[in-house]
Amino acid sequence: MSVKIVAFCCNWCSYAGADLAGTSRLNYPAQVKIIRVPCSCRVDVQFILRAFVRGADGVIVCGCHLGDCHYSTGNYHAEGRLTQLFSLLDFMGFERERVHLEWISAAEGAKFAATMDAFVTQVSALGKNERYRNMYTKAGAQNE
Amino acid sequence: MNEQEKMRTRAKELHAAGIIKQVLAWEAGAFPSYPAPAFFTKPNAFEKIVYNEFCTANLSKYVINITEKTLIFLRPCDAHSFAQLVKENQVKRENTYVIAVGCEGCVQVDEGEARDLLESCRTCTKTDYPLFDEEINTQNNPRESTNKAARFAEVTRLDSEENTARYAFWQAHFSQCIRCNACRNICPTCHCKECVMDSDHPLDGQFYHAIRALHQDGRCTDCGQCSRVCPRGIPVHLLNRKLIYTSNK
Ligand code: SF4
Ligand code: SF4
Ligand code: FES
Repeated sequence: MSVKIVAFCCNWCSYAGADLAGTSRLNYPAQVKIIRVPCSCRVDVQFILRAFVRGADGVIVCGCHLGDCHYSTGNYHAEGRLTQLFSLLDFMGFERERVHLEWISAAEGAKFAATMDAFVTQVSALGKNERYRNMYTKAGAQNE
Repeated sequence: MNEQEKMRTRAKELHAAGIIKQVLAWEAGAFPSYPAPAFFTKPNAFEKIVYNEFCTANLSKYVINITEKTLIFLRPCDAHSFAQLVKENQVKRENTYVIAVGCEGCVQVDEGEARDLLESCRTCTKTDYPLFDEEINTQNNPRESTNKAARFAEVTRLDSEENTARYAFWQAHFSQCIRCNACRNICPTCHCKECVMDSDHPLDGQFYHAIRALHQDGRCTDCGQCSRVCPRGIPVHLLNRKLIYTSNK
């Protein structure tokens, strides 16, 4: 069964890392859809939830290593915010394994491919996303 | 309670001395058990100030953007919310005159009958007042040490369950939500002029609640107002408490 993964990658490191994975001809699962963002801290929690509601089975956020952010402190903010989001989702009973945060630099093409492989395996084990998709009520879903 | 008398007297004195222009306090509501927050501008109305164990409303929400020197009475939970608003520049400290009042906890009213202490008062750990100008009976704030343990008890109990059980728990609650926005409107630290919940793309269900809790993350003062006002009895403040629990770790 093929699961759909959305990967938010920061422009300066992880997106370049994905590029490197490509130019180095490394394979990583094709169901990973990359969305380029200026910095990992650009990822609002609503982006993640909305991706799930629209049918993603897993969402991964990738940024520069701590201390390496192009905007100095963006990834610290992202880490704080996403730690809270992940803990809240877990508390509300959503599967914690469907969300992930990873630091990948522009030189780590191999790490990018390996991370995506591992994440796809992890999400596939859970199967299709039912809980997250029904985050809205029926009426709310019509507005989506 | 003799706080009430002292509050009325101090309001009159401060007004006569020209220190304050108006007073923010509670007045008698439609029923004795429902005092409502109110502004008092005339000194002869200060006799109507009410303070008792039914004053459940957090007054700090009403100080947002006041322009006249106002006397406000704050209990520890209100005082913490007030301090947060001052920190976030939503109220000018110089426009307020704060009297810290003692609090022994508020009582829940159920079908006209007084019941137990409010959940938020049973688990309240606040004894101090971050900002105040003078105090009335603050020495007898009883805060049992059991409150500390009780505060996160429900959070840790849910945490220890399977996530399927947690999902069922919240699903049962949130399917009752009528999306009245009361939990958002009452929150003292919720003050954006434009809210994502009012867009043409309204959020609801668990989405609404996840976003509501996260937008209060780091600002929530754990006053418990959101759960108190919910007409469906949803314990929404537990989400915020979970976030406090995580960031304390
Ligand atoms: S989120 Fe609830 S408990 Fe926290 S400050 Fe707002 S009303 Fe109070
Ligand atoms: S107050 Fe209760 S019913 Fe109203 S929106 Fe909040 S949780 Fe839903
Ligand atoms: S620019 Fe990469 S995380 Fe901020």
